[in-house]
Amino acid sequence: MAPDEGRAETALLLRKTRFQDLLDHLVQAGYRVIGPTVREGVVTYDEIHRVEQIPRGWVDLQEPGKYRLRYDKNNPFWFSFTPGPISLKRYLFPPTQTLFRVRRDNGRPRAEAVIPDPPRYAFLGVRGCDVRAVAVQDRVYIDRQGQFSDSYYAKARERCLIIAVECQTFADTCFCTSMGSGPQVQSGADLVLTELPDAFVVRSLSDKGQAIVSALELPPAAPEQVAEADQAVREAAGSMERRVDTTDIRNLLLRNLENPRWEEVAKRCIACANCTMVCPTCFCFTVQEVTDLSGENIERRRVQDSCFNPEFSYAFGTIVRQTVSSRYRQWLTHKFATWYDQFGTPGCVGCGRCITWCPVGIDVTEELQAIRNSDGERGASA
Amino acid sequence: MTEASVNLNNGGSMHEGTETVLEPTTTAHPLTPVFTRVVRVRRETKDTWTIWIERPDVYPGHRPGQFNMLYVPGVGEVPISIASSQRESAARIAHTIRRVGPVTSALVALRKGDYVGIRGPYGSHWPVGSAAGHDVVVIAGGLGLAPLRPAVVELLKLRRKLGALALLYGARTPEDLLYQRELAKWRQVLDFQLLVTVDRGTRDWHGHVGVVTTLIPGISFDPSRTIAFICGPEIMMRFAVRELLSRGVPPNQVYVSLERNLQCAVGFCGHCQLGPKFICADGPVFPYDVIEPYFLVKQL
Repeated sequence: MAPDEGRAETALLLRKTRFQDLLDHLVQAGYRVIGPTVREGVVTYDEIHRVEQIPRGWVDLQEPGKYRLRYDKNNPFWFSFTPGPISLKRYLFPPTQTLFRVRRDNGRPRAEAVIPDPPRYAFLGVRGCDVRAVAVQDRVYIDRQGQFSDSYYAKARERCLIIAVECQTFADTCFCTSMGSGPQVQSGADLVLTELPDAFVVRSLSDKGQAIVSALELPPAAPEQVAEADQAVREAAGSMERRVDTTDIRNLLLRNLENPRWEEVAKRCIACANCTMVCPTCFCFTVQEVTDLSGENIERRRVQDSCFNPEFSYAFGTIVRQTVSSRYRQWLTHKFATWYDQFGTPGCVGCGRCITWCPVGIDVTEELQAIRNSDGERGASA
Repeated sequence: MTEASVNLNNGGSMHEGTETVLEPTTTAHPLTPVFTRVVRVRRETKDTWTIWIERPDVYPGHRPGQFNMLYVPGVGEVPISIASSQRESAARIAHTIRRVGPVTSALVALRKGDYVGIRGPYGSHWPVGSAAGHDVVVIAGGLGLAPLRPAVVELLKLRRKLGALALLYGARTPEDLLYQRELAKWRQVLDFQLLVTVDRGTRDWHGHVGVVTTLIPGISFDPSRTIAFICGPEIMMRFAVRELLSRGVPPNQVYVSLERNLQCAVGFCGHCQLGPKFICADGPVFPYDVIEPYFLVKQL
């Protein structure tokens, strides 16, 4: 049986007129629904209750260093936009978290662990790249061969529901097909929706997803509807122009640690850390000691950090990565080379956020190609 | 030594939902310390102290070359290598600390009876056990002697199983030498080549002056059967490794201990990466052949 046939057999149909029922059911089932919505000129994730909050008809224009939204009242599609700056990282691995508080019993300090109790999130409208990003983060935060498991992430993850919507349009910055993360969603989500002008083809990939569609008593989708939806996604995938050649990319980068290109890109890079903040897989954090004036209330927090900050590499009285070129090299080689060593996958999912949100428009795909084109060249070391 | 730094914070807390507070012993986050008492403080040099703390009940025990995270509430937390061997005492743990920033200043200001937070031990260790049957060359620069001290203690207990045994130790000045009484004791040990050098002598210094690598020609060892443990400033380790390799010590028998910014100690916060390695979890002690491709790249 061809995979598409299997997909077709189990595909259900959710009419757009019933989409509010889905939202209502998620709330009744105890979920806090986090979906795409327009705010401050971008499509972001936020809590939504009404179908009107979904950016129906909105289309984004993304280019290196540029993001614009436009509304097309004739567009019957609800999900014609690609990822905005916010990813699920914001919810699953919040930028600031308290780790413990210090209490004193007769002068003896005691660290009281703060055991987080995250909400049951239902993430709606998640794109293939972001579904993959969660799978990548699972390896970072949970699946570390017993080394380490982040309790907040693990709990939030276990409780959450992911409803993906396959992309049928792409921004100029998207390259998910190169990273194998989209636009089709085959795993990692509980429900996968594929949009038609008046309905969604719905597939369930998990028991949690099955429970939702069963409760909604969705009818099966007609084979023609399934074929139409799949065809639209396939055609869109074929139209994606931006590409990364990932052939042997780990070794390519590791043998080019002293390629002169790192200094070239550093002439433009302003080390602002935007790319790491919008990256759905960047996980680095720093720790902060927070105390009041009395010194009695002390807590320790972890806060999202970036390898572009100079102090990030502070050690033995100096900054190890003094130059911007060395920091850019760290970021890019981590995503496309050493991430494989550490977690068995690339650290990039091809969402293109780092390209769009780079204020000077540095394009990661262009940098990778430039390294490939100058493979083996050596310059002054970074 | 790393000082906790405060930097990027992209907005307010996203910590939603309620919090439940539990006792730390059971389900604590791996970044949660336990508190224990300081039992002894000894000043080593003008800026360096050794602090012994009571071993907490939950502390699993350590091996030479590993480190602990020490925490002073309200100030912060730093990685400190462990300066004592369990074979000296199972009840107390020594840390030799140089005063460089706010946290280390708070640590060296602790007195007997004060509380300090600890979590650990973390990281890889010197393979003391596999030194049997080998000549052993230990090379320490400055504070790098601290994580090597427990290795030397254990090597001396293994002495009969080893070939030649040498410790080469370099400090900036005679006043910067750590563990001076112990060095004097080690000098009396038969069949233990202990050579000490300083970068700058003083009027009453009659010993060697020069960088620690200049001591290597002064010891006898059979390179092919030598295992070497090296810790000190990176520039010193580069030269020491180069010298040993040029004499024919196999690179996989040379071990170096590296330092980077460490904040979580569990391979997670990302600061200590050197190429694919997390210094905290994969290191700090590495066989040289494993780390060489990254160790030699500047600003990696």
